[in-house]
Amino acid sequence: MNESSPILRVNNITKSFGDNTILNDVSFELVKGEIKVLIGPSGGGKSTLLQCINCLVVPDSGDIKLEDEQIDFSSKQDLYSLRQRVGMIFQDFNLFDHLTALDNITIALRKVKKISKKEAVKRARLELEQVGLGDKEKLYPAQLSGGQKQRVAIARALAMDPKILMLDEPTSALDPELIGEVIAVIKSLAHKGMTMIMATHQISLISGLADEILFMEKGKIVEQGPPSLLLTSGNSSKSQGFCDRLNELSEVEG
Amino acid sequence: MEFSPFYQELITSLNRGLMMSIALIIPSVIGGVLIGILAGATRTFGNPFVRKTADTYAAIFRGTPLVVQLFVLYFGLPNVGIYLSPYVAAVVGFTLCSGAYQSEYIRGALLSIKRGQYLGAQALGFTTFQAIFWIIVPQAVRRAIHGCGNEIIYLIKYSSLAFIVTCIELTGEGKTIATEYFRFTEVFTIIGLYYLALVTVAIFILKKIEQRLYVPGFGHS
Repeated sequence: MNESSPILRVNNITKSFGDNTILNDVSFELVKGEIKVLIGPSGGGKSTLLQCINCLVVPDSGDIKLEDEQIDFSSKQDLYSLRQRVGMIFQDFNLFDHLTALDNITIALRKVKKISKKEAVKRARLELEQVGLGDKEKLYPAQLSGGQKQRVAIARALAMDPKILMLDEPTSALDPELIGEVIAVIKSLAHKGMTMIMATHQISLISGLADEILFMEKGKIVEQGPPSLLLTSGNSSKSQGFCDRLNELSEVEG
Repeated sequence: MEFSPFYQELITSLNRGLMMSIALIIPSVIGGVLIGILAGATRTFGNPFVRKTADTYAAIFRGTPLVVQLFVLYFGLPNVGIYLSPYVAAVVGFTLCSGAYQSEYIRGALLSIKRGQYLGAQALGFTTFQAIFWIIVPQAVRRAIHGCGNEIIYLIKYSSLAFIVTCIELTGEGKTIATEYFRFTEVFTIIGLYYLALVTVAIFILKKIEQRLYVPGFGHS
């Protein structure tokens, strides 16, 4: 595939729950290696957009193309194969509570990718090393801190070799002192060229990593552009205003 | 020490009955738990048709007396050409009845698993069946184990109903001797002790299983 041709195309996605329109005709493209950051007020549709991309929430209309392959929303096989190729990190981790850190990773490799147990364990150990948790493989989610849980979740998603990684507020459920370790992992992924789309309120991720910011409000992308354009001081963009408020908040907290 | 002929005969009979009771209980417990998991999962996740079917099964077997169920299996089915031996009729009756109760414990436990567990599995590409089988059920079983254990203990005791379809187990053997010697107090006290021993063993095994399935922090968060 051509480097510059989009790996993911999202066209005119609309989603309503009852009379409530959560996503209204949203479109964007993601190129290999690119990092897009979704920001905006809560209730703006960021989470729903991410969940529509891997069809955890099936869109009412619009279409999604992954690697130039149109996803048929009514085909279960299409959805399973889409989700294998699009990794997802949740705000509240969603590690499997009854499995150790290692088994959380191997179970998906073995059941979904049908890899042998030996190979799966090898791969899982490698991924745990990568996120700095090589010594925690035998621990259960209840024995891990929030930051460690989120790193296991990232390792689990990466073990599946996703084409794209989606992160839905990956640091929002963490205590302030645990945010740093998760950010460090996300940054190292960015340096390795991982294609990512993430919703976050973490200013260092927004200004430091984003190739493009998508500002979402009332189910629409109302502003988009690189941080260098949107986040210059004195700019009157919504994104700048939003980030200013985030900054003020973190100063109040700090 | 030499027992009197009464006690010699009683103990021989009760031991024979005990063997029959165990032969009734073990397959019924295993079958009941398996049917319970299957019916519980169906009642929770199945499509409307199978859900309705499983609901109806549970409603019938929880809603009618076990004695009636056993009578139908043993005395009723021959009318439609199905002949079950007393032993098979009892095991089938116990299994179906126990399964209906177990399904309710399993269903409650399945419903208590956070939605995020399912979302996490789905996001990794698990099929619906895989997510339920590998992620939801193993967690639900750990939450259901106390309720299921309770049902198993009930089952041990209601296995005494087998004698009404002429499957002579512990209670049946004892009743024969008691009637013969007209010594009800001693006989039924000793039968009670036998059941107490059975239940004690069951509690011990359940405890072992619970320890085996223990996952740190599970169910406390």
